[in-house]
Formats: sequence, C-alpha cells, structure tokens
Amino acid sequence: MTGFPWLTVLIFLPLIGAVVVFAVKDASVRLVALGMTVADLLISLPLWWLFDASSGQMQFVESARWIPTLSINYKLGLDGISLPLIIMTTVLMPLCILISWHAIETRVRSFMAMLLIMESAMIGVFCALDFVLFYVFWEAMLIPMYLLIGVWGGPNRLYAAIKFFLYTFAGSVLLLVGILVLYFQGGHTFDILQLSQRSYGVALQIWLFCAFFAAFAVKVPMFPFHTWLPDAHVEAPTAGSVILASVLLKMGTYGFLRFSLPMLPDASRLFTPLMVVLSIVAIIYGAYMALAQADLKKLIAYSSVSHMGFVTLGLFMFNIQGIEGAVMQMVNHGITTGGLFLCVGMIYERTHSRQIADNIGLTKPMPRYATLLVIFALSSLGLPGTNSFVGEFMVLVGTFLWSKIAAALASLGIILAAAYLLWMIQRVAFGVPAAHVLPKLRDLNLREMGTLVPLAVLIFLIGLFPNPVLTRMHASVEKVIARVIPLPQEETSALNQQAPSSTRQGLTANVDLTIYRGGTASPRLADLATKDHRP
Amino acid sequence: MTFSMGDLFLILPELLIITAACVVLVLDPVLRGPRKDGLVWLSLGTLAMCMGLTASQVSGPTAIFSGLVIIDAYGAFWKLLLYFVTGLTILLSYSYLKEERLYFGEYYGFILLALAGMMVMVSAADLLTIYLGTELMSLSLYVMAGLKRAEPRSLEASAKYFVLGAFSSGILLYGISLLYGATGSTRLPEIATAIASQGLSDSLLLFSTILLTVGFGFKLAVVPFHMWTPDVYQGAPTSVTAFMAVASKAASFGAFLRVFIEGLGGLKANWSAIFLLLCIATLVIGNIVALVQTNVKRMLAYSSIAHAGYALIGVVAASRIESSSGIASVLLYLALYTFMTFGAFAIVAMLRKGDIEGEEIEDFTGLSKRHPLAALLMMIFMVSLAGIPPTAGFVGKLYIFKSAVEAGMTWLAALGLIFAAISAYFYLRLVMVMYMREPIDHSDTAPHVVMSPTLSIVLACAVAGVVIFGVYPNPLVSFAMQAVLILK
Repeated sequence: MTGFPWLTVLIFLPLIGAVVVFAVKDASVRLVALGMTVADLLISLPLWWLFDASSGQMQFVESARWIPTLSINYKLGLDGISLPLIIMTTVLMPLCILISWHAIETRVRSFMAMLLIMESAMIGVFCALDFVLFYVFWEAMLIPMYLLIGVWGGPNRLYAAIKFFLYTFAGSVLLLVGILVLYFQGGHTFDILQLSQRSYGVALQIWLFCAFFAAFAVKVPMFPFHTWLPDAHVEAPTAGSVILASVLLKMGTYGFLRFSLPMLPDASRLFTPLMVVLSIVAIIYGAYMALAQADLKKLIAYSSVSHMGFVTLGLFMFNIQGIEGAVMQMVNHGITTGGLFLCVGMIYERTHSRQIADNIGLTKPMPRYATLLVIFALSSLGLPGTNSFVGEFMVLVGTFLWSKIAAALASLGIILAAAYLLWMIQRVAFGVPAAHVLPKLRDLNLREMGTLVPLAVLIFLIGLFPNPVLTRMHASVEKVIARVIPLPQEETSALNQQAPSSTRQGLTANVDLTIYRGGTASPRLADLATKDHRP
Repeated sequence: MTFSMGDLFLILPELLIITAACVVLVLDPVLRGPRKDGLVWLSLGTLAMCMGLTASQVSGPTAIFSGLVIIDAYGAFWKLLLYFVTGLTILLSYSYLKEERLYFGEYYGFILLALAGMMVMVSAADLLTIYLGTELMSLSLYVMAGLKRAEPRSLEASAKYFVLGAFSSGILLYGISLLYGATGSTRLPEIATAIASQGLSDSLLLFSTILLTVGFGFKLAVVPFHMWTPDVYQGAPTSVTAFMAVASKAASFGAFLRVFIEGLGGLKANWSAIFLLLCIATLVIGNIVALVQTNVKRMLAYSSIAHAGYALIGVVAASRIESSSGIASVLLYLALYTFMTFGAFAIVAMLRKGDIEGEEIEDFTGLSKRHPLAALLMMIFMVSLAGIPPTAGFVGKLYIFKSAVEAGMTWLAALGLIFAAISAYFYLRLVMVMYMREPIDHSDTAPHVVMSPTLSIVLACAVAGVVIFGVYPNPLVSFAMQAVLILK
C-alpha cells in the first residue's frame, strides 16, 4: 500500500458522515450531509485525471489482511469500468441530498444517515477486489435501502420494501454459495483478480453462472425478475428512486461484467442466447409496459427495465462495441434516469400527484422545469447529441455484429422509447392544463436548478465528447474480452509476431463498414470504432 | 478413586461457583431489602474470578480425577463463553426481577448451580460425569422456568420442561448404559478405542448412538425433539429464557461435540447421516414455523431452533472433512449466536406494557419513535440473526457454509442459505413494525423500554459483540481454532 488511500477515504468518509449527522444541531443536518457528499465528490474527481487510461490493470490498489484464517483481504482497486460508475455515484449523491431538502421532513437525521451509508456501500461495491468484501458491501446496502423505502416511502411502502428486500436477498444468498465454491475451486482465495485468471470446468461454470445470475439478474433487473422494481421505485422517496435506478441497478450489470464474464467465460458463451433473449424481451416488454403507464414514476421504472435490457444485451456480445456501449449505457442511464426521477420528485412536491393526468401543460407555469424535463426525456430516448445515443448506438452495433435479427428487435425498443417518452412529454410539457392548477405552481428555484443542471450538462458533455469516458474504459474492457474469447492456440502463436489482435481488428473493420453503409456515421463514432487500430 | 490436590486446584472455577451458589442460598434469608443486591455483586465477582482462572487454563489437555474430567482449551472456550452469558443474565435479571416484582435470592443461586452443571458438561470426558452435569443444569433450569409462580404459563413451562427433560435424560442414560455394555467403559477415550477395535457393525453400538442422539437432541432442541422449546421459552421469565436459549444450548453443544467427535468419532459415517436429516428438518421447521408467530418470545424460540440447525450443518460438515476447521466453525457460530440472541431477549425482557412484559410483535409497533436507541439495537440484533453483513451473524454463517462447501455439500449450503433468506422475512417483520408503523397507543400503559444501568451494560456488551466480531472476528476465530485442536 503506497500513496494516499483514495478509495478507503472515498468509502468511509460518508460513513463517518452518517455518524456525524447524529451529533449536529437540527438546523445543520442537511448541510452536513450535503457537505459530506460534496467532499466525497471532490475526492473522487481527481481520480478521473490520475487514472492511467492506457493500462487495463487495477489502479489505486490498497490491500490489507482482514480475516487471515479464510485469506480474506481488504483489497480495493479501480479500473476503467468501475471508475465512471464511482464518479457517477459521487455526482448523484449530493443531488439526492438536495432533492430531499424539503421533501423529507420527518426523521431527517436518519434519512440523511441512510443515504450516506448507501453511498459508502455503493462505492465499496465498485471498488472491492475481494469477493467477500464485495459481498459485504453488496448486502450491507439492503437494510438502508429497505428502511429508505419502508420508512419514508409512499402509501404502499411496506409491501414494496419487503418485496425489494426479499427479492434481492434471496438472489444474493446463492451468490454467496457461488463465492464459497469458487474459493475452494480457485485455490483458496477470494481475490477477484486471481479468481479471474483461473479456468474452471464447464459443468462447474454452468452452476456458478446460475448462482451468480440469481443475484445479478434480480438486481439489474432482468425479465422475469423485474417485478420488484416498479413497486420499489414508485413507493421509494425521490432520493431512494434515484439511488435505486441510477446506482443499484448498475451493480447487477457490473457484477456480470466483473465476475460472470471473466471468471466463467465458457458458461457465459453458452448462456449468451438465453441472455440475449431475456435482454430483448426486457427491452420490448419494458417499453410496452411503459407505454401503458399513467403514473410518471412507473413509466420511468419500466423504461429502466427496457434500458437495462440494452446493457445486458451489450455485455453478452463479447465485442468491444457491445461491452463499451453497455458500460457507457450504465453511466448514461444513471444520469438520465436519475434526472427523470428528480424531475418527477419536484413535480410531486408541487402537485402531490405523480399521475400524468394531474400534471398536464407545465411549460407555461414552469418553463425552466419543462425545458429540463424535455432534455432528460430526449436523452432517454437516445437522441443523437445526448449521452444515451452513444451508448445505445454502440450496443446496437455490437449486436448487429452478432445477429442482425437481434439488433433489429432491440432497435424496436428505441422506437418504443421514443413513443412513450414523446407521448409523455406531449402531455406533461405541452398539454392543455386544467385551469385551476396553474396559478399554484412555481418554477424551479435555485436549489432545484442546482440539482438538475449538472445532470443536463453531463448529458451533453458525454453525448458530444464520449471519448474521455471510452478511452478510460478501453483497456479494461479489452481485458475482459480477452478472457471471454481467447484466441485459439495455433492462431495465437501464428499471429503473435505481426498482429496481436487481428480478430478484433476484423470486427472493427466490419463496424466501420456498417456505419458508413448505414449512413449514420459521424466522424466521432468512426474514430471511436477505429481507435482499435491503434497499436 | 484417588486424586491429588492438584486436581482440585484445576477445578477451582467449578468449586468457586458452587461455593458462591451455596453462599447465596444461605445468605438470602438473612439479608433484608436492598442488601440482597449484595448477592448479585457476589455472583458477578465470583464469575470474574473464574474467568481469570479459566483463562489461565487454555493450555494443553490435562486429565484429572482418573480421566473423568479433562481441562483443556476446548473446555476453556465454552466456560469463558458461559461465564460471559451468566454474567449478562445476572445483570439482566437484576433489572428484570425488579420490574416483575420477583424477589428470590435463590434465583442467583440457581443460575450459579446451572452454570456449575454446564461447566462440568463441557469439561467432562466421561459419559456419566457429563450426565451429572446435564442433570445439575436441567434441574436448576426447571425451577427457574417456573419462578413466576402466580402465572400459569410459567408453571406450565416448568412442568413441561421437567417432564420432557426427565424423559430425555432417561433416554440419554439408557444410551450411556448400552454404550457401556458395548464398549465396556464410559470414558470417551476408551470408548473410542473400543469402537476402533470392534469395527462398525455392532448393532448395539448403533442403537446406543441413536439413543444418545435423541437424548442430546432434546437438550439442543433440534427437530423433532424441539416440541418443548416454544412453550418453555414463552412461559419462562424472559431472563431465564435468554439464559436457556444461549447458555444451555452452548453447554449442550459443548458436551455433544466432545461425545460425538471424541468418543463416537469412529461411527462418524453413521451419525453424520442421522444429523444430516435432523439438520434439514430443523432448518425447515424452525424457519417456516417462525414465519407465523405473533409472539416475539416464541418467534425467537423458533429462531433458536433454526440456529441450532445451522450449527448442525457445521457438525455434519465437520464429520466429512479432515481438518478441525469444521468444528471450529460450530464453536464460532454458537459464540456469535450468543451475542445476538441474548441482546434480542434482553430488549424483549425490558419492554414493559404496564405491569407486564410487552412480548407480542404488536407491542413493538412504532418503537423507533419512542425509543430510537432500543429500536436501533433490536434492528441490529435482527439483522445479525438474519445473517446480513457486516454483523456477527454473517461471519458465523460464512464459516459454517464454508465448511459445508469444503465437505462437498454445496447443496446443503445452498439450502441453508435459502432458509436464511426465508428467515429474513420474520426478522425484518419486527424491524418493519418498529420503524414503519406509527405507534397506536399513546397512553401511559403503552409499551415502553425500561432502561437501567445494568440493562445498558448488557445491551452494550451484546451489540459490541455483534458489531465488532462482525467486522473483525479474528480473535474469536483463532480462539475457536485453538480450542478444537484437542478434538480429533
């Protein structure tokens, strides 16, 4: 362990904050919580630039013995996949505190403490390089989230809270069995990096894949394990919905990418058809369900199911476009859906209804609000120039390489997304309002603008300049792909001298063709796809 | 039989405890009013002394009294745990008995006598000595369970406990006598030698093993010998229930492991199959029946049954692996179980509804509004019982299931964990009631927690154990590892 323990500080600062909020005066509880999350954000930002993008290795690694009898270590580290997710988390947390400023009036201390504990656990999940440590963080967030939904949630909160808890807990107990089996099969270690380098028998891999799948698929949530999600999202307080949608769901896909793919490559390949089918079903089914919702939160919840389908689809394409697109989409979905949930929370504070029918025609009384809502919605439907376009497009390119039919079906999801989101916008932003509602509504104040604008900025920033994110994850994603699709022995030896990654170059060349033929090419994306050619 | 004075010195802790028990019994009628509190401090002082003495006996095994008793790290592990639990019980009882208006000096005497019995159980190397210890423990507990003389439920508990306990002791004794017939000895090492030389085919041996299993099954409260548990746990005064659920279970496991590993180790293949069945039945019944309980004490009773099932997973696994880490995981599990279960019972004991205990789940409604701290602690205990990190319960389960996977019984680990997920429902229901429901009753008779200095000490110890060992279990783990090196 050398240098500054960035990650430890990042994880435990919010936890300290959770204790501190109980020690300060009533008036300053919110400020302290905000201060803690902002401090955490400021600590996480330098990592973005200190990170060495050319390396696929774990960086900022910290390691200490924790439970030596089981060789469990306290080991943390970052790579290009976890870095954007961590930054996304630290960016969202202050916004969650801000949106709860007036929305939460009861037991404010406990609420803020729960949010801060959640932040610790979420960052811990993305940093952990020891499987038990990962599991501890993974499970540790169940209780705070359970309380967030159950104590500060809506009318049906008890049901939603217990459903959320039981679903995710039941899923993750099998993960623990899988972890223990890996411990004995992988040479008595819980070290994620070492476990990722060994090879296991195919039968064992299949069992392990199923165990991991139970935990991760519930969290994502993949069809048909998604039923906890609409309940939890709708009943949770706004900050809870944002955390759920933006970060918790990513933990599932992160789990697939960090564990299932590199540790169980053969099983991952075997299960690809199933995963693709489930993803496409999720994309289309989620979108159809979203079309039918009258409740804004439910609409966004189902749209999450649909969007997360793109992520799982991209992950199981095992090509650079698919996986980078998936990671991109994880970040994008966090930002965009987080923004949408924040918007719904704000309108709920004013009209005390989340029904679309009660919130019609907001452009006149609340122009700033309507503008931002439209931005988030357009980003969510993947308009070029916004962040989601980059992610979804890359996923679709990756899918196209694997199967044209799958890609065609998946793109249905984008069309449907345009349908339900534009229809929502048409009513909420541009509809003809009921006369009695209008005078009461005030537009966003400074705090609320401060909550939404950073996300809107990120949407365009990533949408127009995705390369900073992509370059950072590139080496790490290549490493994962190299695990899942190892080059055949003879080919490797033959190609070793001249062109080490010629298979992938081939793929990339295909992509370029696709892009140009499709006529949607932008120099940026071509650049993005061709950077594979770099030596 | 001959023995030296050195032998007496080695059982000084036992002697001290028995002496203290007698002193308490004698002094009780003499002392008046607040002076009776002195008995509490006397008992605690004795425990502290014994703790020091036993801690110095952690070294290698010494057989004394011609091999009837063995002083070793294994016994020391359990004894230290038992002192700790007894100390907590006395502290809890000090407040609890006042609230219940039960004034019996004998109470502390009986606790100490029961402790003496348990100490004999965990350090005896002879079946009859173990039986003696079991009886001393059980007889004291029968009396303590019926201490609320005015309450029919308490009397019922006592009578039920007595009848079933006596019955199971009879079976145990029968098993011991048959084993004596088969092997010609009641000493564990000699039994082991006899079994090794005779082979496994002797049906008398098998029959006696089954009888011993049944006898211990009652003491451990594993399904299907658990019927007495819910009624007794519910009827007995809560401080006694806590003592039974934790100390008596720990001591029974201590004796049980020594008998089956050291004495009947040669029959592993046979008894491990029986225990596998018992373990699955215990997990299923314990967790499923706990789901529908409305009384917290009954719920915790079923939960303690279920936890015995988890410990049995460790026992079954231990019988199939070479290393001693399997048994160590059982010791660790029971030690960690102590903190969370005792803490939970302590809160139930001190939740008062008017003059009586608030022990229904409804009585916890909205507790977080009225007593945020008590609710928080109860939540931590429940979360730990459900086995969610970062609490002690998770560490215990991690080690138990690790042993199961090591023994090649991944399916058993998966089954255990699935039931852990089911159990989360009833543990969390209490959390839900405390945190997510509004208090209904605002009058003076509304359930409230009576805090007292002694209760604070009890809760602080329990929660410290749950949290500290949840994050940093190493000291306890290495102690458990060291303790089981003695057993083969």
